[in-house]
Amino acid sequence: MEQLVAVLIDGIIYAAWLFVAAVGLTLIYGVMKIVNVTHGSFYALGAYAAASITGWALGQGMPEWLSYAVLLGAALLVTLVVAPAIERGILRHMYVKDEVVILLITYALFLILEDAIKLVWGVSPLFIAEPYGLLGSFDVLDLTYPYYNLILVAVAIASGLGLFWMLGHTRTGKLLVAVIHDTEVSRAMGINVERMYLFTFTFGSLLAAIGGAFTAPTVSVVPGLGIEVIVLSFAVVVIGGLGSLPGAALGAVIVGLVRSATIHYLPQVELFVIYLVMAMVLAFRPRGLFSIAEARKI
Amino acid sequence: MSADRTPRTLLLLLVAILAAGPFAPQWTLFLLTVALAKGLVVLGLMMLLRCGLVSFGQALYYCVGAYAAGMLGRLYEVSGVLTLMLAGMAASAAVAFVLGFLLARYRSIFFGLLSLALSMILYGLLVKTETLGSSDGFNVLPSTLFGWRPADAWVRYAVLSVAAVAAFVAALAVHRYLGTPLGRLAPAIKDNEIRVEYMGASARTAIHVKYVIAAALAGLGGALAATTVGHIDPEMAYWTTSGEFIFITILAGTGSVIAPFLGALIFGIIQTVAFDLSPNTWQMVLGASLLLVIVFLPEGLWSLFKRRKIA
Repeated sequence: MEQLVAVLIDGIIYAAWLFVAAVGLTLIYGVMKIVNVTHGSFYALGAYAAASITGWALGQGMPEWLSYAVLLGAALLVTLVVAPAIERGILRHMYVKDEVVILLITYALFLILEDAIKLVWGVSPLFIAEPYGLLGSFDVLDLTYPYYNLILVAVAIASGLGLFWMLGHTRTGKLLVAVIHDTEVSRAMGINVERMYLFTFTFGSLLAAIGGAFTAPTVSVVPGLGIEVIVLSFAVVVIGGLGSLPGAALGAVIVGLVRSATIHYLPQVELFVIYLVMAMVLAFRPRGLFSIAEARKI
Repeated sequence: MSADRTPRTLLLLLVAILAAGPFAPQWTLFLLTVALAKGLVVLGLMMLLRCGLVSFGQALYYCVGAYAAGMLGRLYEVSGVLTLMLAGMAASAAVAFVLGFLLARYRSIFFGLLSLALSMILYGLLVKTETLGSSDGFNVLPSTLFGWRPADAWVRYAVLSVAAVAAFVAALAVHRYLGTPLGRLAPAIKDNEIRVEYMGASARTAIHVKYVIAAALAGLGGALAATTVGHIDPEMAYWTTSGEFIFITILAGTGSVIAPFLGALIFGIIQTVAFDLSPNTWQMVLGASLLLVIVFLPEGLWSLFKRRKIA
């Protein structure tokens, strides 16, 4: 019983983390049809910016409870500097190219950003434990969980609902939905698709950076942080269906629960089980669980 | 149409490597051997890319080949390099034959993502397999050629020679294959698959065959890498390894069977030089070169040679 509760709680926390890390990827794919490897870089950028800026602010005597706002602000700052530069400077000249070639371009950018991070922040690990320890912890049965994990869950729910609301109820969101369905017709109707792309890339990357920023207090921020996040978020969005928002949520919950169950019951298969689920889903529903059929082009 | 000069060029390159080897410094021999091993993997990726398919999981077969060779040594104390190479090829080809039934139905990004998932499955398995050294991997037995082990100073040259001959045979075979009807189907599949089927050819079978050949080449490359480096670990199946292979494929281009080896060598040189000059920015140099090649040489470095010939 206790173990089952632990599996559930760990699974939900892990799913929340996965969702925040991956949802931007599915948004960017939905609108721009880009499988974006730099997503992992933005995760790492968010973590580094959050760790260094929050650490600095706390050193200046900032009250500790403000650190959560600073985490968010750091992610926002670093994304607003880097993402538009990448989209405007490089990606927008590449949209005519093949889907797979654009993926390789983002891979090249990922390699470049990986070292840019080392140049800016150095190679030694950064720590900010304050936001993690500040809230204390709560007990479920005999298990102790830090309250900080609830913040992660709250961030996941807020970003999921926020995105849902944005797409359905704001002007920008409705324009985005039009672009998702048909880029060319949207263009003909007078939608500024280039601006939508810039917005989507920045916003999707921001979600990755927020994921990194709120993970930073729970880990040591080291080079290579974004590398595993890339494949994990690929797995999550592929399981749910590339470009589908409810799909990303479902994918995160599935991967989260499966991973925490294997960690508790069968730790030998922990890593491989995620990719097994991904392969199974691709084998039986190649376009993911939430997907729309697409006609073959002649 | 001009005469086919590729076999002659390949033979010249082989002779050049064998002749220059004894006089070259040891580290260049190592660099060249690793480049040949990676070039074999890339040769397979090039065949797939000619159909418009990009496998983000070719490291799967590189790793299977390496572990097949390594485990033969570990479990049965087999050290004959030819046996190890054949074992690597056979193991990878067998896995690819089975997985091919699934993968040959997939195209574009989904082909890439499924192959990525499959290679990550192997990575996850190996990391948790303690008898095979988990994430540390294990050391490979020193290999022999027909039971003979050369003196220490000559080991690198001997391994290089074996690799060069293997690469020569593989490149020549693939070159011949590209000229056969099945080989010539590749660009047609890339352009328009439905028309290929109206012609009466099966795109799925063609892709399956190419997939198995590509995997066998990757297995051969993996077995060679295991022999050369003397150590294998699960990182060989990780997605960054696949990324490296695709990187070289794009760098090289699909113009000729020589291109993959040239690409792998240039990749090795960029990596070594950049890593020597500034250990913290070598990935940046690699990323920037990939971007430049995609933008300015969409057909890869090989297109430089082609243009000169026409001029």
